Amino acid sequence: MKGAGRAMPPANSSLTVDIRKRFPGARAFEVELAFTAAPGITILFGPSGAGKTTLLDCIAGLVLPDSGRIAAGERTFFDHAQKIDVPPQRRRVGYVFQDLALFPHLTAEENIGYGLRRLDSRERRRRGGEILESFRIAHLRGRKPGEISGGERQRVALARALVTDPCLLLLDEPLAALDAATKSKIVADLRAWNDAHQIPVLYVTHSREEVFALGERVLVLESGRVVAQGTPHEMMTAPRQETVAQLAGFENVFDGTVASVHEDRGTMTCRIGETLELETPLVRAEVGTKLLVGIRAGDILLATIRPEGLSARNVIPGTLTAIAQRDMIVVATVDCGIEVEVHLTLAARDSLQLRPGSELWLVIKTHSCHLMVAPASRHHPAGEAPAAAP
Amino acid sequence: MDWQTFWLTFRLAALVAGVLAILGLPVAYWISFSRWRWKFIAEAVVALPIVLPPTVLGFYVLVALGPRSPLGRMWQGLTGHTLAFTFEGLVIGSLIYSLPFAVQPFAASFAGVDSRLMAASATLGASRLQTFFRVILPLSVPGLVTGVALSFAHTMGEFGVVLMVGGNIPGVTRTVSIDIYDKVQAVDYAAANQTALVLLLISFVVLSLVYGLNRRVWAVWPWK
Repeated sequence: MKGAGRAMPPANSSLTVDIRKRFPGARAFEVELAFTAAPGITILFGPSGAGKTTLLDCIAGLVLPDSGRIAAGERTFFDHAQKIDVPPQRRRVGYVFQDLALFPHLTAEENIGYGLRRLDSRERRRRGGEILESFRIAHLRGRKPGEISGGERQRVALARALVTDPCLLLLDEPLAALDAATKSKIVADLRAWNDAHQIPVLYVTHSREEVFALGERVLVLESGRVVAQGTPHEMMTAPRQETVAQLAGFENVFDGTVASVHEDRGTMTCRIGETLELETPLVRAEVGTKLLVGIRAGDILLATIRPEGLSARNVIPGTLTAIAQRDMIVVATVDCGIEVEVHLTLAARDSLQLRPGSELWLVIKTHSCHLMVAPASRHHPAGEAPAAAP
Repeated sequence: MDWQTFWLTFRLAALVAGVLAILGLPVAYWISFSRWRWKFIAEAVVALPIVLPPTVLGFYVLVALGPRSPLGRMWQGLTGHTLAFTFEGLVIGSLIYSLPFAVQPFAASFAGVDSRLMAASATLGASRLQTFFRVILPLSVPGLVTGVALSFAHTMGEFGVVLMVGGNIPGVTRTVSIDIYDKVQAVDYAAANQTALVLLLISFVVLSLVYGLNRRVWAVWPWK
């Protein structure tokens, strides 16, 4: 970050990562990751323990990989073969930590000015003031992190990382602890910032909403590996692996077999369990192929009498076996040969007068049935799973 | 009351605490953050003065400072007199004797600083030295206060090392604790009692200040 080095990064400043890192010991763990992230927001999605924070630490230079290479545009951060390991203070990587890591003994303004020590004090105050304004936290400049709210701390942490004009931004669940309203405001600020500065941003999250609100690309990590990548829409609406399916929020994942294929109608019939048949979208698969069928609990309708005159093709009788309230959602379990989880609202429960033993009809649209690779053929790489027919 | 003795003891304790406040920082930093596999040996050496009889320590310091050791000869060449039985010799002996009382609280408070804060400092471009002065040190103030005060109080009350290294020269190496010992030997219990009481009070006040200052709720002044 010496004077001349502060110039804007070159247009093509993609982040390239190809690293291995082993953590020996009783809970041995191995990270083996290779991907390229273009300027813009790339979401890292995956369960805890998937290696997301380790990956960010390696990129920031806080953890040393065993082998491989990390480069941002022309600048090589780490190259095992060439024995290059640029220390974190010279990588110019903005990093917002999961726990924020604001300096508790410094005010908001001093926290934000921390990375600007090389500028003279007037310039430092100008840049700090600018970012305080644009993140709408100017009124907090004299307060310490312990004296401001969670959302305000989050803004200070973001501002502190962004004000240094980094060539790469790492965000480790920066909005996890916030309520939806605060979150969406900060997301808007971050989007605006990202439009103005085209640098690669890696954004770790567990939240599906954040994936859709922010992501141009998603990398799904599991056990230290990239198991899938694509646009948020591809990842969330047509997942290709069971783990991705569960991450994407399918409460119902069933083993199925293709019973018949109707190419003319663009649908198939899949048999699930002994008796149940579901109409699903057509994928490139033959009769007898084993597939997984994922259905979101919120995509299923319940009816107390057999509905007629519906476009939905799957209308299945069943018996309510359990009903429970989870926050503001009612979770109903219906037995129709297989156990199906259905989510409905409190009002819907009350007006239908549901109780265990009630006879019900399940209504599932064809396109609410998402087909995935069955466990037996899971050796296929993610990209080669049955693709939707044209 | 022999105020000269008190003044000498105070000067010694203040000097030792001051030097340790500076020398102790790099030692404590190294102990807290080094990943050297044999570090525990260095830790044990630093802690030795806590368990070693002061006479043992004093004996070795005396030998090391004497005219037959390289250090003693060098000092003699520079100044014309030996280190043993001088105030300077006393300072060196006390520095070693009180080292763990400064280094251990320093090291404990350094190690207590959240490592993510140091990582954040590094990603914001700060060197290790800058991180030390701008993050670690300010967040370790309670440990620093404790270390300085403990090494001060500990030097105030030392006896064995002073006796071995300093002898008992009024105005040069006669500290309060030796003075008390002298008075008891001379069966002057009244004077010994007086001096002992003053030393007890000073030590109590110093330690009370330490614990008072380190109370977060008070933030320096109890009536603030």
